[in-house]
Amino acid sequence: MKILVCISHVPDTTSKINFTEGDTKFDTNGVQFVINPNDEFGLTRAMWFKEKQGANVTVVNVGGAETEPTLRKALAIGADAAIRVNRAATDGFSVAKQLAQVVKDGGYDLVIAGRESIDYNGGMVPGMIAGLTNANFINNCIGLEIEGTTAKAIREIDGGKETLSTTLPLVIGGQKGLVEESDLKIPNMRGIMMARQKPLTILEPVEATAETTSVKFEKPAPKGAVKLIAPDNLDALVDLLHNEAKVI
Amino acid sequence: MSVLVYTESEEGKFKKVALEVASYAKAVANQLGTTVTAITFNAEQVSELGNYGVDKVLNISNSELKTFNANGYAEAIKQVAEKEGTKVVILSSSANSKYIAPLLAVGLQAGYASNVIEAPSSTSPFTVKRTAFTNKAFETMTINTEVKIVGVSHNAFGLVETTGNASAENFSPSISNLQVQVESVDKASNKVSIADADIVVSAGRGLKGPENWGMIEELASVLGAATACSKPVSDLGWRPHSEHVGQTGKPVAANLYIAIGISGAIQHLAGINASKVKVVINNDPEAPFFKAADYGVVGDAFVVVPQLIEKLKTFKAQQ
Ligand SMILES: Cc1cc2nc3c(=O)[nH]c(=O)nc-3n(C[C@H](O)[C@H](O)[C@H](O)COP(=O)(O)OP(=O)(O)OC[C@H]3O[C@@H](n4cnc5c(N)ncnc54)[C@H](O)[C@@H]3O)c2cc1C
Ligand SMILES: Nc1ncnc2c1ncn2[C@@H]1O[C@H](COP(=O)(O)O)[C@@H](O)[C@H]1O
Repeated sequence: MKILVCISHVPDTTSKINFTEGDTKFDTNGVQFVINPNDEFGLTRAMWFKEKQGANVTVVNVGGAETEPTLRKALAIGADAAIRVNRAATDGFSVAKQLAQVVKDGGYDLVIAGRESIDYNGGMVPGMIAGLTNANFINNCIGLEIEGTTAKAIREIDGGKETLSTTLPLVIGGQKGLVEESDLKIPNMRGIMMARQKPLTILEPVEATAETTSVKFEKPAPKGAVKLIAPDNLDALVDLLHNEAKVI
Repeated sequence: MSVLVYTESEEGKFKKVALEVASYAKAVANQLGTTVTAITFNAEQVSELGNYGVDKVLNISNSELKTFNANGYAEAIKQVAEKEGTKVVILSSSANSKYIAPLLAVGLQAGYASNVIEAPSSTSPFTVKRTAFTNKAFETMTINTEVKIVGVSHNAFGLVETTGNASAENFSPSISNLQVQVESVDKASNKVSIADADIVVSAGRGLKGPENWGMIEELASVLGAATACSKPVSDLGWRPHSEHVGQTGKPVAANLYIAIGISGAIQHLAGINASKVKVVINNDPEAPFFKAADYGVVGDAFVVVPQLIEKLKTFKAQQ
């Protein structure tokens, strides 16, 4: 089985978000970048398929040279090869189009992407890859088993979960639950050394017209001070929630 | 030309998000000087949508589409959009809508903006405001394609009632391939889900252990609320993963979010910030959550929560 894991290169969750160039660009100054958390769960699940079922795992990112350390990290975790499509990730559709091309050219059976990236939160790239490559698609995937060309998956739904069956080729939008938090793989010294020998191929992008354009960013208005209520005066809290906030 | 909106129902009844997206669709239709067509699957009381601005309802009662199927639903919506000559399709931010939207975007060659929080500020170019960076920022975006898909954030636009009548028609799409089969569904029918809840009661590591969640569930039940938790609580197995909220868990956009024994780490706040009113109960006055909350009680949860339950019961009895 050939697996492609899509890796989004995102600011660490503790990052303060600022913008530059007249609030049109994300300010990367002082920001540490990591593998998108949803993709980390997917990558670890891919490693399981590699160890237990002999799958071959390639990781891919659409982005500039600055994303290569993130791909190297994925190689150090255990992926066999990496691909970077040399194009700025300006919008979800153009990214999906690049990834769909990689999928078609590489003949992957399973594409693991994340439910959403924590930067632009489009939540659209995996579904678009599926649509563009005519593959089956399962979103919010929290469990995945594969036997031959048959897949059994669990999908989180609002208020519960669903067990689904489908066939390869398959694209998933994965998240926590695909593997447990405690099973997440982190690179060790040997992995980091081996990653240096593994191939990182740079591909030129295919043509894609952006369907959406980012115009500008803004930060939420600063929050007013909290109203403190004494713990022995909870009637006041009930009153405020009812009469002032009008939420109960 | 009409604006098309996918109105979700469960067991024949419309969900609250359906009425919210219908309200949003009406606002867009007013801007464009056109009407609203809703598409529903196996819904019963379709005329209810008239009160939220829908002019026409296309009800799909297809035996293949009795239960949700992303490819089948996306295909049906695509066929309706093509038949109606639709330029704008509106969906919600439910798990199902977010599953369908990218498939539909490819099918209709439409640009898609998700997590949109306001009516378009302009329809030419079509400009919307959405949340980005997990609620740490807002992004203004234009959709450049002829057909546009907008995913509306939960609870961002609200319900707007009007008076109107929705006419009903049936539509039979031709569905060729469902691609994915549902084997079983496991859903607690007596619980409010985080996605649908107006009020969410959430607790963290300050509660010390899973045995102490009785009072959280009771508080939630008095308020008709959903229960949620911080990430370490679900990682420790005290509560199911499905209750984990935050930047790497579920987003919460409730009217009221009550955080008990939760410190207010940046990743937690990022996921719940879209909630309108936030209450924190924490015994440490320095807990960062106090900077993000509207109302706060500095106190021991084990003392405050039982008392709050009693006060709320008295309040509810008087209503
Ligand atoms: C990559 C990454 C992603 C993350 N994503 C998320 C996420 O999505 N969601 C999330 O929640 N976290 C997330 N976290 C974890 C986050 O950083 C915090 O560790 C976590 O939110 C803390 O949980 P907590 O507030 O329950 O526990 P703690 O930080 O341990 O806080 C417990 C609080 O309870 C209070 N307390 C103790 N006893 C009492 C009492 N008797 N009465 C009242 N209050 C009491 C304490 O004062 C304290 O403020 C993430 C972390 C990382 C690294
Ligand atoms: N630039 C990118 N390169 C590779 N994969 C990406 C990129 N952007 C998004 N993805 C994948 O698509 C998922 C969802 O991203 P998004 O649609 O941006 O929320 C991510 O978790 C990744 O798996």
